[in-house]
Amino acid sequence: MTCRNYKDLMMAYLDNEIDDEQKRAFEEHLASCTQCTRELKEFEKLKQLTDNVKLIEPEDRIWEQYWGNVYNRVERSLGWILFSVAAILLTIYGGFELIENIIRDQTVGMLLKVALLVLIAGLAILFVSVLRERVYFWKKDRYRDVRR
Amino acid sequence: MSSFCEDETIAIWSCRSGSREAFEAIVKRHMKDAYFIALGLVGNHEDALELSQEAFFRAYRNIKQLSSEGKFFPWFYQILRNLCFSHLRKRRLRQADSLDEFKENNIQVQAQDLFDPGVVAERNEDKDRIWKAIGQLDEKHREVIILRHFRNLSYEEISKILFCNTGTVTSRLYYARKRLKEILDREKGGR
Repeated sequence: MTCRNYKDLMMAYLDNEIDDEQKRAFEEHLASCTQCTRELKEFEKLKQLTDNVKLIEPEDRIWEQYWGNVYNRVERSLGWILFSVAAILLTIYGGFELIENIIRDQTVGMLLKVALLVLIAGLAILFVSVLRERVYFWKKDRYRDVRR
Repeated sequence: MSSFCEDETIAIWSCRSGSREAFEAIVKRHMKDAYFIALGLVGNHEDALELSQEAFFRAYRNIKQLSSEGKFFPWFYQILRNLCFSHLRKRRLRQADSLDEFKENNIQVQAQDLFDPGVVAERNEDKDRIWKAIGQLDEKHREVIILRHFRNLSYEEISKILFCNTGTVTSRLYYARKRLKEILDREKGGR
């Protein structure tokens, strides 16, 4: 084995994740390799320094409120979904009512009525086109189940 | 241990049927791990709290993607790390934008390091240096350091969470520690 092979063993040795046979083999290598011995000592020092770093435990209040905060997000997302669905339905209903009133209104000129109908037709074509494209790419997307 | 796993399997099964009580139990079981891992990845208390809670919310929303026999934490960890890394990328972009603005106005600034040493217990110069150096590691290396040193996970546990073999964990740890040492040496030399 070369020194490179012993590098992985060095980490396992350092973290006590090594079996007896590997440990013996690594210690034999250390006895004959000054470079690995020096590197191991440096890593031991670094490990000791890193192990000394402890992170502050937040106050109990934070843990007591933790689930409540997660639950609020769940509840609010449901609220937003209901709000959005209702807003879309009301907008569509209001839009149709408005258009119907304009079309039936005898005082509104024919040109405006035609322009309005053309505008609606254009929007409908755009909507169907974008929707069809989205569905097509979604079906072809091999990575759609991969979390981004 | 088997009862812990059985409990979790039952809790996941209940969550998939819409039980919030079961999800509450899962959140309470893993919230500290989630918070401290997020803290290690993003470096400050407020972001860690926000991102770990958001990760639980997203896990709840997508719980049906987890098979009832699947282990919750490795699956949840993928959501958490993706959220944290995406947050860091956005933060870097924001910093880059603000640096450009400052440069345009000829104002001398240094890149803000948001790895807050205030979250380290019983601070001293060495601990602050290590914490700042961890913040300078790249994402792949930082996560193995955090999982090993701050959550005390075994190589086996880390390999399950990262969906890789223990050989990869060992190798990543080697390069992560080597890089950490280089950063510390460079900063020591620069002082």
